Amino acid sequence: MMKAEVDFGDVQGLARFGFGRLTQASYALLRIRNVAAARAWLRSAPITTSVTLQPPPSTAMQVAFTAAGLKALGVAPAVLAAFAPDFLSGMTEPSRSRRLGDTGHNAPSGWEWGGPVGVPHLVVMFYAAPGGLDALVRETTGGAWKEAFEVLRWLGTADLDEHEPFGFADGISQPHIDWTGQRDPRRAQVAYSNVVAPGELLLGYGNEYAKFTDRPVVEADAASAGLLPAVDAPGKRDVGRNGTYLVMRQLRQDVRGFWQFVYRQADGDPAKAEKLAAAMVGRTRAGDPLVPVEDEEIPGIGASDKEARQNRFTYDKDPAGIGCPFGAHLRRANPRNGDYPGRPSWVFRLLTLLGFGPRGFRDDLMSSVRFHRILRRGREFGPGLSPEDALASAPPNEPERGLHFICLNANISRQFEFLQNAWIMSTKFSGLSGESDPLVGNRERIEGCPATDEFVMPQDGGLCRRVSGIPQFVTVRGGEYFFLPGLRALRYFAGAGGA
Amino acid sequence: MTPQSSFMVLAPVAPAREAELRGLLAGMNEAPGRVNPRNTLVPFAQFGTLHVARFLILDDKTLDDGQVYGLPRPTYPLYLAFLGDVDGDADEFLQEVARRAPEGLRTVFACCEGFAANGDLVGWMKRHSVPSAAEYVNWRGRTVRRVREEAALHDALHRHLRSRPETFDGANPREVHAALRRFVQDETSAGRLTLSAEAATPLRAKIANLANLLGMPVVLLVASPAFVLALLRARALERADPVLCDRCDPAYSDQLALLEDYDVSNQFSAMGSVKPGLLRRWLVKYVLWVIAYGARHIYTRGRLARVRSIHFARWVYLDGGRRIIFFSNYDGSLESYMDDFINKVGFGLNVVFSNGIGYPRTNWLVLDGCADERSFKEYLRRHQLPTQVWYKAYPGLTAIDLERNSRIRKGLESNSLAEREAREWAALI
Repeated sequence: MMKAEVDFGDVQGLARFGFGRLTQASYALLRIRNVAAARAWLRSAPITTSVTLQPPPSTAMQVAFTAAGLKALGVAPAVLAAFAPDFLSGMTEPSRSRRLGDTGHNAPSGWEWGGPVGVPHLVVMFYAAPGGLDALVRETTGGAWKEAFEVLRWLGTADLDEHEPFGFADGISQPHIDWTGQRDPRRAQVAYSNVVAPGELLLGYGNEYAKFTDRPVVEADAASAGLLPAVDAPGKRDVGRNGTYLVMRQLRQDVRGFWQFVYRQADGDPAKAEKLAAAMVGRTRAGDPLVPVEDEEIPGIGASDKEARQNRFTYDKDPAGIGCPFGAHLRRANPRNGDYPGRPSWVFRLLTLLGFGPRGFRDDLMSSVRFHRILRRGREFGPGLSPEDALASAPPNEPERGLHFICLNANISRQFEFLQNAWIMSTKFSGLSGESDPLVGNRERIEGCPATDEFVMPQDGGLCRRVSGIPQFVTVRGGEYFFLPGLRALRYFAGAGGA
Repeated sequence: MTPQSSFMVLAPVAPAREAELRGLLAGMNEAPGRVNPRNTLVPFAQFGTLHVARFLILDDKTLDDGQVYGLPRPTYPLYLAFLGDVDGDADEFLQEVARRAPEGLRTVFACCEGFAANGDLVGWMKRHSVPSAAEYVNWRGRTVRRVREEAALHDALHRHLRSRPETFDGANPREVHAALRRFVQDETSAGRLTLSAEAATPLRAKIANLANLLGMPVVLLVASPAFVLALLRARALERADPVLCDRCDPAYSDQLALLEDYDVSNQFSAMGSVKPGLLRRWLVKYVLWVIAYGARHIYTRGRLARVRSIHFARWVYLDGGRRIIFFSNYDGSLESYMDDFINKVGFGLNVVFSNGIGYPRTNWLVLDGCADERSFKEYLRRHQLPTQVWYKAYPGLTAIDLERNSRIRKGLESNSLAEREAREWAALI
């Protein structure tokens, strides 16, 4: 494992910060109108880095490209072809749509942007402290911008005070990046750890297999002079280094539909409704987990009161799913497991390896989570709506609300797509049989499965409590895969390097 | 119990008729990757003992890989393979399929070399049968019939509980067990559910199994000194063996992806050439003996070491052991299948596949290798073959579903369960 200091000055800020203080944000989906003008604009764009500033900045700007965008910018075909295949083929390749659950109401043919509806070349993301966004956008999108780009769509966001539109505290759990390479990922991770190797986020660094993920490395020549050397390819320069893949999906949330369904199931009893909603999410609305927190620390989870109360937990003490149902959104999105079931000593690890480990129905069903983490950077859109208000029927012309889901990862197939396919959307997650994610599942029928619209809550008494006929609450309205380059790579693209 | 067995008919395609054959195979599907189980050529759904089956053309895209050892491109015929896994005797199945779908099979096999239009169909298939080098069955003796009966049982219990959610409020688990037992007994006597008793194991199968159980260790032991020597030699060779894990051609990868992710399960077929020299051929033979033994006697109940997502898998030698083909029927998408293998049974994967040309570099045959995740995934994709026709008798059901349904049935067969057992049992439904 090669240790490598991360040069934060070369990494776009989003990889390290969520820009939480910059509560205003807006994303411009763009197509390149004039290549020379676009390059010129990108060369001088004040892109925010990951360097910590005192005082923190009051605005920030980030930029990421689709494969079509890099092509339009004139990146050489050989350089482009060395990016990861999933990035190159894009989010809406048909087999990918099947795996991601983008079928039925989620099908790309009905989207507002992305895929068949129109692939943006790039996204420019604007962030500002309260009141500052309009000025930032005005100053940035002048004549040079207008000459360079055609705006496909502006995606506005809303600040719901660290809650997602259904009303639940969000953003509590994120993987902790081992920036300085303290941990050797080749060693077995017996218990859950929240720490992941830098190569799970940034290209050009060792990942959880202590290997490098797909990205272009190029010959050292004048055009690539500004790039850093490739650590794993002597004499070459690394286009990917300090960059990451950015997944963006516009998710419409039917907040009224969700709370009305939950209240119906609870016969109108608010306490029961809260309980059911919390079971579906896997947390209370305030963000508290449904299982007891651990006494000992978990690597990568901070020691603050809030972290200790809301994030220091695993499901090890809830093997029957009585505290938190197996199908709850949180348990699907991060099962908080290690490489082996039941934290075995080395003797039992060997036995487990040979297939003589625990033989319970649900033992060892899930892949080790450290290979499937993502860094979430999404922002909400649309007006907030409290559960109580959500019970009323919608006024005419009600604006849509939801989440601009954004995540960063180094290997889209192994991280975002795996998570979405094998855990979130799967009707077979963790030994279940008739349900996908209670919040975001698409309820599409599957031949041979009697139901896909249930939610099962194991009970102490034996028989599970079962909710049936859950409607689809979340609909995909757009999405694409982007590459969020390091600043050196951005200048390389903008300087026509590799062309 | 009725042990499963496998069949594989392999015949060279007549070059002039390849396009016609591809058209016939495509005609057995509703759409690419989605079989029509009642297609007119081979109506798979008619065969109550058939678990999985596939037709595919073995078009090896990696024949040039031998060049890294200075070998000329070998010339092998293009083969058609028809294979499946059945309950009971495979020869009996071939007779049944020949009896029920003679026209369809003749139409397909007429595209192969040396098929006589009016000849003996069963005899021809038997002459063209190829044995497995090793095979894995998720659950020995679990028949298609049992799978379907137990799935119907689960569905019936599920519907029963769904229609009366309040009935069991506050009931203790033993009462629930007793009540549901009565429900199932009523359903069974009314003929709405069937739960057939397991057939007796045929004596011949018992004897063969016992002979293998006792005989194989002797063979393995006798051959072990040679194995150790081969291992040492392979250790020296592996440091210099070329690695061929370039990016799989995106167009080829898309062609493969077109056939995947319709059901909760998928098929996988891949082939490649064994590294040159008798040593590697012998080594892989020994390793597959061990795997075959393990799969037959140890990993017979839902787990291949730690992996629980494989229904049926097998390795087959081709061309005198110079090439190997691997087939699998697994749950989930290819990405999760590969991750499962890398993270859970990487050692087993390495010790077999590292004998193939171009495999990611291993360390003492079992270490490293597939832990180079990106290289390994490209290696597999490069060697993967499009499976033109794939049938699974129980769409929508994973191996875990089958295990749960069996556990539910087993619990029902007990007169009474202890409180804790009853609680665990009730939670399964």
